[in-house]
Amino acid sequence: MFSKASKGSLFPYYIWIALFVIAPIVLIVYYSMLDLNGNFTLANYTAFFSSVYLKMTLTSFWYAFLITFFTLLIAYPTAFLLTKTKHKHLWLMLIIIPSWINLLLKTYAFIGIFGLYGPINAFLEVFGLEEQQILFTDFSFIFVSVYIFIPFMIIPIFNSLDKLNPTLVYAARDLGASSFTTFRRVIFPLTIDGVKSGIQVTFIPALSLFMITRLIAGNQVITLGTAIEQQFLVSQNWGMGSTIAVFLIIIMVIIMLLTGQKKGGRA
Amino acid sequence: MKSLVQATVAIIVVCALLFFVADRLESAGSAGSKDTITVYNWGEYIDPELIDQFTEETGIKVIYETFDSNEAMMTKVEQGGSAYDIAVPSEYMVEMMKEKNLLLPIDHSKLPNLQNIDPYFLDLAFDPGNEFTIPYFWGTVGIVYNPSLVADHLDFTSWEDLWDPSLKDKVFLVDGAREVIGMGLNSLGESLNAKDDALLRQATDKLITLSPNIKAIIGDEITPLMINDEATVALTWSGQAADMMWENEELDFAVPEEGSNLWFDSFVIPKTAANIDGAHAFINFMLDAEVSAQNNDYVGYSTPNAAAMELMDPEVIEDERFYPDEELRDNLEVYENLGLQWIGKYNEYFLEFKMSIR
Repeated sequence: MFSKASKGSLFPYYIWIALFVIAPIVLIVYYSMLDLNGNFTLANYTAFFSSVYLKMTLTSFWYAFLITFFTLLIAYPTAFLLTKTKHKHLWLMLIIIPSWINLLLKTYAFIGIFGLYGPINAFLEVFGLEEQQILFTDFSFIFVSVYIFIPFMIIPIFNSLDKLNPTLVYAARDLGASSFTTFRRVIFPLTIDGVKSGIQVTFIPALSLFMITRLIAGNQVITLGTAIEQQFLVSQNWGMGSTIAVFLIIIMVIIMLLTGQKKGGRA
Repeated sequence: MKSLVQATVAIIVVCALLFFVADRLESAGSAGSKDTITVYNWGEYIDPELIDQFTEETGIKVIYETFDSNEAMMTKVEQGGSAYDIAVPSEYMVEMMKEKNLLLPIDHSKLPNLQNIDPYFLDLAFDPGNEFTIPYFWGTVGIVYNPSLVADHLDFTSWEDLWDPSLKDKVFLVDGAREVIGMGLNSLGESLNAKDDALLRQATDKLITLSPNIKAIIGDEITPLMINDEATVALTWSGQAADMMWENEELDFAVPEEGSNLWFDSFVIPKTAANIDGAHAFINFMLDAEVSAQNNDYVGYSTPNAAAMELMDPEVIEDERFYPDEELRDNLEVYENLGLQWIGKYNEYFLEFKMSIR
């Protein structure tokens, strides 16, 4: 429709980007350099490099890594099997539907499911196992987060697997490659872009998860997202909250670059 | 391209339809009475029947909204997007809102029922002469526990009991910096309004030694966990404890003797108010002895309304766990507004403590 888009017709998009992409980032950087009294300072940045915030950044990273890893571990084979089924788009739909349910609602449901008198413990008891405290552990936190992110990881992987030309797989098999070699040398490299975008949509939000850390992990896990929420709502220290947000943005840019760059090299 | 246009049109049509329905619903709702007030209160902090009763008696319709922290409430009032006629801040937040000129003075001549309030709760330090506030509820911070699930020698008359090795992985704390750091300070025998870095450091270090006993730091979710025996010991507010004990009779509540927090929540009329007469009418209604008694029964916190207490079950008001006498109250401290600088520090220490619990 707009094959010869002149500069004029792109004008609304420039406005949009200036107002909703650039302006917020500039504002965050600006606020990050204000102290509680509104004076310019770099104290927030030095505070970020104190042991508390560095430790928090590392734990956020570690948990985001674990969440992404397990999500990928489950999502890739699922997406792979989905492409082999007869009504693959129907099955994909069925997997995606739970992501339409509000996140908080699902999280609250897990409080009941993981409870001491919940169904999981009732199930364990059938096998004569003792009641386990599942809620407020690392396990419950990672489990619930993985559950939430799985659909977002499956979609891009499914799409790239779906686009894979099956004749390439046949060719590999004809040339004597085992099914593992075929997967390692043909299928996986050709779907790596799907995996990368899956990792992006999982890892980045996982870094800043915040309600689940309280409801499911009982604040035993503190992510950068939780810290931002606390700084804005409780401490009313917008400067420090913005500083953490600046670092979060920097980390995200790095991840985008890392997962975007290798694209050309291998394939 | 065609399907894209179709999808866009479909979305716009659905949105327009929803907008229209919402608009109609809104005008239908307020058509009956042009007189409305907007009440901004904590969750689960009023008997909903009383709101209907108020509308029946006065013809003033009530729009009721809730918040879950003083700070969130103030932020919304400060930004002035909604016309709140009544809000219910705690005492330290009243001071902060006064400083920022967010409150309107209250006309006592429009509140004949003010005489029902126990004079002990009037003219308090955070609002001399009750120029801006009318007391709503008060309470303490203490420990709710299940005596059948903890060792016999623990009765929580001292904060030290929380450090007992038998409570490994059993203690739940409320997710609030002032409550938790305040508890640390109290356990050292210090004031929970301390403005002294060395003391805060000491209190945080003491709290960090509590880490092995801590299961989780959460908010209102603690109520169902205590009721279902999934949690055994929790630091919480007295009224929340009363709610739990109402559902689970085994539970008990104690306010440790080293001292704790005494807090007051009050009605205020924020400067966003659009219907100031309606706000006064609502406050006066809530101060009525019978209304207040019914509300206390529902909410479970301690009331400052002396006339209402006469109508309540004597067993409730004689319960010293929730209605400590004046002598016990002297052991308790009201939170002072420490200023943003110190609130920030309390939160930094609290964050450090939270980082240590695993």
